Amino acid sequence: MGNVVGKFGWAVFAIFGAFCLGTVALHRGETINATWLVAAAIATFVIGYRFYSRFIAERVLRLDATRATPAHLRNDGLDYVPTDKWVLYGHHFAAIAGAGPLVGPVLAAQMGYLPSTLWILFGVVFAGAVQDFMILGLSIRRDGKSLGDMVRMEMGSASGVVAMIGVLMIMMIILAVLALVVVKALTHSPWGTFTVAMTIPIALLMGIYLRWLRPGKVLEVSVIGFVLLLLSVWIGGKVAADPSWAPLFDYDGRALAWMLIAYGFCASVLPVWLLLAPRDYLSTFLKIGTILLLAAAIFLAAPMLQMPAITRFIDGSGPVFAGNLFPFLFITIACGAVSGWHSLISSGTTPKMLANEREARMIGYGGMLMEAFVAIMALIAASILQPGVYFAMNSPAAAIGGTVQEAAATISQWGFVVTPDVLTQTAREIGENTILHRAGGAPTLAVGMAQLLHGILGGEGMMAFWYHYAILFEALFILTTVDAGTRVGRFMIQELAGLAYPPLKKTESWGANVIATVACVAAWGYFLYQGVVDPFGGINTLWPLFGIANQMLAAIALTLCCVIVVKLKRERYLWVPAVPALWLIVCTLTAGWQKLFHDDPKISFLASARKFAAGLAEGKVLAPAKSLEEMQRIIANNYVDATLCGLFMLLVVATALFGVRTILAARRSAQPTAHEEPYVAMATMAR
Amino acid sequence: MTTTTPWRKIWRKAVQMGRLIVGVPDYDTYVEHMRRVHPERPVMSYEAFFAERLEARYRGGGGRCC
Repeated sequence: MGNVVGKFGWAVFAIFGAFCLGTVALHRGETINATWLVAAAIATFVIGYRFYSRFIAERVLRLDATRATPAHLRNDGLDYVPTDKWVLYGHHFAAIAGAGPLVGPVLAAQMGYLPSTLWILFGVVFAGAVQDFMILGLSIRRDGKSLGDMVRMEMGSASGVVAMIGVLMIMMIILAVLALVVVKALTHSPWGTFTVAMTIPIALLMGIYLRWLRPGKVLEVSVIGFVLLLLSVWIGGKVAADPSWAPLFDYDGRALAWMLIAYGFCASVLPVWLLLAPRDYLSTFLKIGTILLLAAAIFLAAPMLQMPAITRFIDGSGPVFAGNLFPFLFITIACGAVSGWHSLISSGTTPKMLANEREARMIGYGGMLMEAFVAIMALIAASILQPGVYFAMNSPAAAIGGTVQEAAATISQWGFVVTPDVLTQTAREIGENTILHRAGGAPTLAVGMAQLLHGILGGEGMMAFWYHYAILFEALFILTTVDAGTRVGRFMIQELAGLAYPPLKKTESWGANVIATVACVAAWGYFLYQGVVDPFGGINTLWPLFGIANQMLAAIALTLCCVIVVKLKRERYLWVPAVPALWLIVCTLTAGWQKLFHDDPKISFLASARKFAAGLAEGKVLAPAKSLEEMQRIIANNYVDATLCGLFMLLVVATALFGVRTILAARRSAQPTAHEEPYVAMATMAR
Repeated sequence: MTTTTPWRKIWRKAVQMGRLIVGVPDYDTYVEHMRRVHPERPVMSYEAFFAERLEARYRGGGGRCC
């Protein structure tokens, strides 16, 4: 009886979900409420979790509640600790949620909210959450080993090195593109720059407090830090308004890029307790808090979506990023739908703390659903803006011109009517001089959030406060990623370089550390600087590269899942990881191919290099370059980007080939050949 | 009042979650583990435990056996 009621309930719920999704998809020509989008997302997630993740848990991974996890087998009270599932869920979500799901959907909103929504919802259910969950499930059967170790173990050492190089490359690109987001947000913004700069002394203070005054009191020091942060947002407004103070915090992109590079170096060689750790605490708590705040604001305000469901830019002519819906939408929204990065977390700290195999479903699959929800919220925040304002903020100067008049005229021509006054007025409301060309997601999200919160809470001049609060929140956690990433990148470079020259491997040697740190900072710093001086704005060059890299890593992770499923002799379920793996391989290779060989210089690095080389040969300066020197730089950058893109494609192809080879070998064997740790019953473990 | 009310439990979990989010696992669990499994080894103070976990968080991978 209960079973029948349950089934009936799920059927009703599924119909409700389909109805919400239908409303989102089919309403054309009139604006709809964001609540429909939220409801459709929640319904999709609940159904995906209830049915698909359960199917994967029971049939594909065959999770076993009686089997002891690494947390029990290797319990040391430190790294390996059986942990309450809710506590671990918080840990896992905080580790996977970064700037990615906030930036990608904002950029992709240029095609309208519908394509992005559909990709996020279906992408996460069938690809992203599957990857996170399966990698976690495989790692707990292998002592909590990392992705690189598992690839080496199951697919051979050559593919292990390929995966390691892939991880290092994606790391450098992600650091560069995230740092670029910060630069774009802070350029000529004394208020933002002051607030973000203040996080350094605040963090130093917190570090000293935690080390000497009240060791280990995390909550206490975080509250103090948070109050100081809010104070610095407020003081920032005063600083920006003061004619003698404001110029001290008013920098162009180049200066900011150099500061970030210097900062990244310092933060990663200083003792971690002094700067890195306290900033990490602050930014992590701020991140979680702000995500909750954004969710509450969307629920309370129930705003209307101003962006059309589909815009004309699905044809690939969009100003924010160039290229057709396929494959570029699927590259632009990486995190939120599927993010290869997560496979590193799912095979990092989380598997060492899982108390029971069955809980992997909630942590791995459920954690990723939450991240997709963050992506949906970012999409909503971008879509509630007047489309004219959205395009003014996210288009490079090369596309819309440098003044509000030019910008308003161009954007209105595209069919998104906007007046110069609206653009000036919006800038004034948020306490900035201009909102033009602030691509990168953070400022757009900040304006969306500021409008939402201001709409609920009101208050004279509070819009500017909320805008800078949102900028601070994104900048803070992006910079923490940059510090921590530089440190991790340094260790990876030392490990790789150690293969060639062993003394470099010594992580305790000061000389080896500095060499590796300089190499790491130089790698991402190069791309950051290139993005900053790029007349096309940088983001529309670097973000697709980041997307390709991230999806490439996901393709590697899912290929590993395919290999292990076959090795376990569960070929019947090969389609579960194989369909998303193939999809990602097709997307990354198509996008990579177009980035190299498309005829349109807006899309292809090589076509663009050829166009500018031809111009250079005739001695002509082609827009947006302003001098022959800039022309040369554009050509050189294009060749570097093309090389990188080609390398990513090679990595994908190599991994796919290694995967196929291993799968064919595994099929020839009559026995399962996966390297699982032997079964130990949970009951035999000391309680 | 020494009985653990549901709210106390929730608060304790929230604190544990907050700490673990920044890489500090539960100290009581660690102490209990050391007493039970390695009674002969010295137990770190909370301050030492905190400092050790902080270093471990940024060490860049590589778990250790106990």
